[in-house]
Amino acid sequence: MKIHEYQAKELFREYGMPVPVGYAAFSVADAVVAAAKLPGPIRVVKAQIHAGGRGLGGGVKVCKTMAEVEAAATAIFGMQLVTHQTGPEGQQVRRLYLEDGADIAAEMYVSMLLDRDTGRTVLMASTEGGMNIEDVAHNTPEKIFKVWIDPAVGLQDFQCRQVAFALGMTGKTVRKAGAFFQSLYKLYVEKDCSLAEINPLVVTGSGDVIALDAKVNFDDNAMYRHAEVMAYRDMDEEDPREVEAGKYDLNYVHLDGSVGCLVNGAGLAMATMDILQHYGAEPANFLDVGGSATAAKVTAAFRIILGDARVHAIFVNIFGGIMKCDTIAAGIIEAAQQVGIDRPLIVRLEGTNVELGRKMLADSGLPIVSGLDMKDGAQKAVAAAAEYAARL
Amino acid sequence: MAVLVDTNTRLLVQGITGSAGGFHTRQCMAYGTNVVAGCTPGKGGQTFEDEGTGQSIPIFNTVREAVSATSANATMIFVPPPFAADAIMEAADAGVELIVCITEGIPVNDMIRAKTYLATSTSTLIGPNCPGIITPGACKIGIMPGHIHKVGHVGVISRSGTLTYEAVGQLSARNIGQSTCIGIGGDPVKGTDFIEALTLFNDDPETHAVIMIGEIGGSAEEEAAAWIKANMTKPVAAFIAGLTAPPGRRMGHAGAIISGGMGTGQGKVAALQENGIAVAPTPGDMAETLLSIWQPA
Repeated sequence: MKIHEYQAKELFREYGMPVPVGYAAFSVADAVVAAAKLPGPIRVVKAQIHAGGRGLGGGVKVCKTMAEVEAAATAIFGMQLVTHQTGPEGQQVRRLYLEDGADIAAEMYVSMLLDRDTGRTVLMASTEGGMNIEDVAHNTPEKIFKVWIDPAVGLQDFQCRQVAFALGMTGKTVRKAGAFFQSLYKLYVEKDCSLAEINPLVVTGSGDVIALDAKVNFDDNAMYRHAEVMAYRDMDEEDPREVEAGKYDLNYVHLDGSVGCLVNGAGLAMATMDILQHYGAEPANFLDVGGSATAAKVTAAFRIILGDARVHAIFVNIFGGIMKCDTIAAGIIEAAQQVGIDRPLIVRLEGTNVELGRKMLADSGLPIVSGLDMKDGAQKAVAAAAEYAARL
Repeated sequence: MAVLVDTNTRLLVQGITGSAGGFHTRQCMAYGTNVVAGCTPGKGGQTFEDEGTGQSIPIFNTVREAVSATSANATMIFVPPPFAADAIMEAADAGVELIVCITEGIPVNDMIRAKTYLATSTSTLIGPNCPGIITPGACKIGIMPGHIHKVGHVGVISRSGTLTYEAVGQLSARNIGQSTCIGIGGDPVKGTDFIEALTLFNDDPETHAVIMIGEIGGSAEEEAAAWIKANMTKPVAAFIAGLTAPPGRRMGHAGAIISGGMGTGQGKVAALQENGIAVAPTPGDMAETLLSIWQPA
């Protein structure tokens, strides 16, 4: 789960980590009132969306006067902000953050995340603050410094010093950075973060460290124990189809292709998308119905897939393991009758009781095309989507 | 022989009294797995009745008690996510040799702690978020459909459950059996990874060839590719799922995400091919790809 910068900074304040004075605003008028409360004279207007790259997209403006603040807020609020993470359609700006300007002597990069190779949390830092860290990692990997944290003892002070000195810090700044890293790790563990990134972390002219930006993501698996984090959730930033799918415990990711997919199992669902592309069509979605494809779940899945007008055919790809194919066939038939499927439906069933399942589909009177195996089903789905599109 | 599990496996089930735990315990027993004990805190002294085999399985409050009373040497965990990492550590503490954790949805921070704890033990962890492990005809620990398997000599290692079934289905349909199939799971922090599983198959005389099924996220496939080139004496065919997955989106499995430009399907396929490993062009070609480089005796 993702949250906004202003929410992340609220958490930073709660953990005693220095951030500039700032206020969230939900309208241009709010923004002007909020800006007037800042010490100034430099004030920053920042678009609050869940994607990164906001500055390059025109979503962050540094203002010298209140008139500039009002002009910047008017320009940014409501805009479709396009960044390298939003896709070409961009994301509408519905929230602003008004922040006091900082006295910047140096900019660093700091993040905390899971290192999958070691199975440990890693504290990662670089002197190249403000840059895209992926580019730094690619072009100058020697400028990235890492320490791995033993969960049994936590982040150690010597590790904090290693990072601070690697960043070229001196004097009291080393201690202040150490306290910052310790608080970051405490926050990371206590709130079950999956990523905490500060880019840039700023050293001020007086040697203090301040988080100028803050990006914090959370481990979805741990949100059952964090109602306080869930309160930060902003539905406006999520795809409504994915929110709807979540209600039925369906794993759904919306994509831009023409063949809708309904599959059991995450790996098979990914592989189904791949095989469609292999045969010349793009998948319209990733959808894993999970281990229990009940009629209610399949019905919800069909509704969500059919709600996308770009879907020209649906490919159901099921390997019935413990779950029997006749049970799945019954679910498909019931769902198809309830929803009223108006686009070609190709079903590939394999596994336990497959003959009975196929017979039920054939006898249902529904216009269902049967796929003999995954390759046959995928090819039929690609062809059906092309035929449907040609008739439009 | 095969690897990790065989007819000598004595299975404990943690979470045997839950609905999924009970259902799959019965399925495993029907397959012939020797289930010797169950563990559910607070239900010690009760029994788990399996009508299919007519067996009555004793339930214990702690894994230590279960092991001491029944000499269980493997455990299958169906404990709900908030308590599953604790269940893994309890099994390791009791000295259970093989821990198979089926549970999906364990918080990453919990698994980081459990993995560190396991490093001090001699236990082997399979999973979490996996279908389990099966040696056809001998022992099934997990949720995979037993009947699609055949006894034979192909080892299967996979991050995905249903894709494992797909590969097994393709093999069995061609009358090619499996030595052992290991679902290593779809989580980012897990026990046995590709290289450990490949090592087991490389050393197992019953395994003659291997199918390895990876997916986007992390770099385990790339590392396995280099390891195979340097060490593997048996043919390996591979498949990578998620070539069409968009970056930054979690594709069902917690570990299936391309982040920071790392962990792409294309990068994994390239790494495998550069190391001379045959990669199936589609998920429908996994068995055929293996047969293009290896013929059963």
